[in-house]
Amino acid sequence: MGIKRVLTKDFATENLTQLSVYEKTGGYAGFKKALEMQPDELVEMVKKSGLRGRGGAGFPTGNKWSFLPKGVYPRYLVCNADESEPGCFKDRYLIEMSPHQLLEGIMIGSYAIGCNLAFIYIRGEYLPGYEILEAALDQARQAGYLGKNVLGKGFDFDIVLHRGAGAYICGEETALLTSLEGYRGEPRLKPPFPAIKGLYAAPTVVNNVETLSNLPHIVNNGADWFASMGTPTGKGTRVWCMSGHVNRPGNYELENGTPIRELIEDLGGGVWKGRRLKAFQPGGASMMVLLPEHLDVALDFDAIQKAGSMAGAGAMVVMDETTCMVDAARRYVKFFHHESCGKCTPCREGTFWMANLFDHFEAGEAKPTDIDLLLDIGYNIDGRSFCPLGDASTWFPRSVIKYFRDEFQQHISEKGCPFKKPVEEAVA
Amino acid sequence: MAIARHTLTRIQEIAARYPSRRSAIIPALWEVQHEQGYVTEAAMGEIAQALDLPPSLVEATASFYSMFLTRPEGRHDVVVCINAPCMLRGADEIAAYVERALGVRDGQTTPDGAITWHTTIECLGACGGAPMMQVDHRFEENLTHERVDAIIERLREAPGPHDGPAAAKAGEGEVRKANAIPKVKGERVRSGAEGARARGKRSQA
Repeated sequence: MGIKRVLTKDFATENLTQLSVYEKTGGYAGFKKALEMQPDELVEMVKKSGLRGRGGAGFPTGNKWSFLPKGVYPRYLVCNADESEPGCFKDRYLIEMSPHQLLEGIMIGSYAIGCNLAFIYIRGEYLPGYEILEAALDQARQAGYLGKNVLGKGFDFDIVLHRGAGAYICGEETALLTSLEGYRGEPRLKPPFPAIKGLYAAPTVVNNVETLSNLPHIVNNGADWFASMGTPTGKGTRVWCMSGHVNRPGNYELENGTPIRELIEDLGGGVWKGRRLKAFQPGGASMMVLLPEHLDVALDFDAIQKAGSMAGAGAMVVMDETTCMVDAARRYVKFFHHESCGKCTPCREGTFWMANLFDHFEAGEAKPTDIDLLLDIGYNIDGRSFCPLGDASTWFPRSVIKYFRDEFQQHISEKGCPFKKPVEEAVA
Repeated sequence: MAIARHTLTRIQEIAARYPSRRSAIIPALWEVQHEQGYVTEAAMGEIAQALDLPPSLVEATASFYSMFLTRPEGRHDVVVCINAPCMLRGADEIAAYVERALGVRDGQTTPDGAITWHTTIECLGACGGAPMMQVDHRFEENLTHERVDAIIERLREAPGPHDGPAAAKAGEGEVRKANAIPKVKGERVRSGAEGARARGKRSQA
């Protein structure tokens, strides 16, 4: 347990973004090896490795691939690089540090599922990452890893880099596909799932940047090697993005199953300014808050779920004792309100009313009944929208009410925020 | 202002990459915004013509995405993130400082036309280096008052990324010069590649 460098092992190497340097660190060996194998063998290998999606839902990658209907072509692989979850910055880090690792992962995945044209959907805000990937794609094309008859193995393959334009909702896979087709980024009803009818109504696999970056290592070292790391249901490592009130925020790649305490206290150097820990959030904006008593929970999909939250996309937001939990929840609710695509009424209207109520709390205008009203609105959004954006908008505020109800009451009785920060109204 | 010929050629090249021309709408909007700084309704019509699609479709798509501008703004675009992870590390205070330093409110442009700034609740993906902002879509992290002052001073003189190809080249140089901005004591870019590389070295040592 603890630090385990798989994806990030060569990140100290200068100019790793250059293809020649990446090859020297053993890069593209996995893809060459994969081309010697049968696609079905690769799918079995990934299944056996126990790799689960790193984008949030944690769905087993090999299973996702095997849902593609037999004999239906063309089929597409889409890399989801629309990382927009507040608290997350691991995909940006993986792209900016080692773009070829991602490209190699996409090549392996595409060969395994029989896809000849893959897409990378990168969020509009990641301009540096976009430029780095663009350069990496040019290099890969020149080196013969992309194009007709790749490496003389009779596999025609190319990758199209597609830049989004500022919509969190496009991280949801069906909205991403709709956006990639040129429409407004609104989610679609499932089923049919993308594996059956995805991009251009063809069978499609959508995988996260971190998931795909794992593939070269699995092919190189074998499924058993990968399955030897982590916990029984959470194999391998994860890159955790730590932010908030810690001494050393940043990205840390840890073996699954490492206790949260080790991440926050040892690697992160503990809570800053000698203060006490109040709460933390293990999965980014969407996920429920946890308390200091949960510090010994393992960083693992199932363990965190058992503790009442979710590992989500691997963000660790740490909050010290001076944090106003109501204000933190207010920011997230405002975020979801801003990012709601407007398709489903419960999400569009519900997030609006939740944001209004939170403003009342911060301004000291809330009524005692407003706490339960918030819960009621949350109940009416959760499970009543097309996609998880609506559901997710309610999880953090509801968990904050569960653990910190007294803070809401303080906001009412003291007619304003008891944490009195010298804050100018900055949220628009 | 009509779309330049080279941009239209580029849009056709991009459209050829996709199985459907419709997929080229967002990339085409980016190309036009890169050339002109914003996308007018007339330009959307031209894009529609170039891609052989109804104009309403291009407008419907353009209006959904928050990064496409429909009117001219300042030469430079400064965005300060105030979502919770940034808030925890003092983003509100930095936003207030930017407002005082520029002398215009959130969402406005400085009178000299150099800078349009606004706060955003949309996470920009640099929580490890909070408080942060994006300047013309490039990351500035671990902000302090001195750092903000230095950035603003540079932007007031520098040409914008949309001021034509020559200026854009010069602007690139300026962006690189941004790294020469006085590093504040103890400052480290944490969530970007730079800080990560330093950390990687330490752990390998």
